[in-house]
Amino acid sequence: MISLRVKIDEASCEGHGRCYALAPALFEPDEIGNASVLGDGIVPAGEEDRARRAVANCPEHAITIDAST
Amino acid sequence: MTTDHPPVEDWAVDFDHTDERYAANPFPIWDEIRSSACPIARTERYGGAWLPTRHADVSAIAYDTDHFSSRSILMSAVRPPLEAAPMGIAPPISSDPPFHGGARRVLLPAFSPQAVGKLEASTRAYCDELIDAMRGREVVDAATDYAQNIPVRVIATMLGFPLGDDDRFREFVVEVIEGVDLPPEARMDSMGALYEYLRVQIEDHTAHPRDDLTSFLLNAEIDGEQLGFEHVGRTIALLLLAGIDTTWSAIGASLFHLASTPGDRERLVAEPELVPTAVEELLRAYAPVTMARLVTEDIDFNGCPMKAEDWVLLPFPAANRDPEFLADADEVVIDREVNRHSAFGLGIHRCAGSHLARMELRVALEAWLDAFPTFTLADAHGVRWSGGQVRGPRRLPIAIG
Repeated sequence: MISLRVKIDEASCEGHGRCYALAPALFEPDEIGNASVLGDGIVPAGEEDRARRAVANCPEHAITIDAST
Repeated sequence: MTTDHPPVEDWAVDFDHTDERYAANPFPIWDEIRSSACPIARTERYGGAWLPTRHADVSAIAYDTDHFSSRSILMSAVRPPLEAAPMGIAPPISSDPPFHGGARRVLLPAFSPQAVGKLEASTRAYCDELIDAMRGREVVDAATDYAQNIPVRVIATMLGFPLGDDDRFREFVVEVIEGVDLPPEARMDSMGALYEYLRVQIEDHTAHPRDDLTSFLLNAEIDGEQLGFEHVGRTIALLLLAGIDTTWSAIGASLFHLASTPGDRERLVAEPELVPTAVEELLRAYAPVTMARLVTEDIDFNGCPMKAEDWVLLPFPAANRDPEFLADADEVVIDREVNRHSAFGLGIHRCAGSHLARMELRVALEAWLDAFPTFTLADAHGVRWSGGQVRGPRRLPIAIG
């Protein structure tokens, strides 16, 4: 089965926090506000739109979304 | 504001960010420069400076910390001495790598989303207090009666400074940030007054430590070493100066937009869950902050022969309105879903207080919309905007209904 997976390039993340504001089920802030992916990054059913919005609102282009098998 | 500066006649080769027309309405100026053959304007004022207007140029310069130093981030006739590096006058915003990393890391936990969340209830209570004091009046000045007070109270509370000193903070902010056009001696005097005030507060915290941001910074360490008096003082200066003028501007500009755009105001009153999305769009379209950099060595940047020690302004609001960066960039679309705006900068200097600023802006708008759902602009000609590198309404007459 094909599903979507989000990834963060940690070197690019500067802690704007758009992703964990828009998709709190997929991303979380660390103690300095930088983002990390929750769990393995697989996007659960129903979270696809929020995942895409998180990608499209990152000022640093630090998030990618790919099909994962 | 402007002292001896002649009016600008040609924005392409003689721009001046303190010109009254730039303060009142910079958007057509940026549009004209951006769509011209050379989208990076030049001026011989301030000892030589450049003004990129395309998102691609602004972001490329923000990311290139080797060629564009943050030794000073406020453009004036005075360049701080090279020895000011690596700390600069207000670390970490005035610091370059590698010093910057440690100075920023030490500060960020105090401004994390988790830390900011704990300040929301008291911020809302203070907004409601300001609103209660306005009730019964027909027209208020939303800039001075409301927007200005909120970040002053929030940062003074965080730092553990006397709340009765609010008026003094405002004076420091206006003199330092908006006084870039003053003679060098006057600028040194205003900086001196600020540092003397901070010295007294820091000494009091050294003698009587407490649970606040000032004591947190006094105890903080970088690589096992405490920050030192000078570093703590300069970082607190940054928090006061950068935290107040900017947030006040963002709250005021957002209220200006909603007061003059009834359709957007009505929609947010009807759909309060849209406020966080609208906040991002208002930040994009009315981004208050333009940063400055100093060129470190002669470089040809996209055809512009930049010389060492030239200033470069980074007008994030101009970048946010670049049509190559975003469709309908000159329109305010309060439910815009794709919005990679750079109101808080890009790269390693992303505004350290961005989570706090967003919370203050959202809470300030929610409280205002709850209290005054039908507010309108009372006098469009009475609105005054600050010039220079932080743009927001300084007079904003609003009929609260």
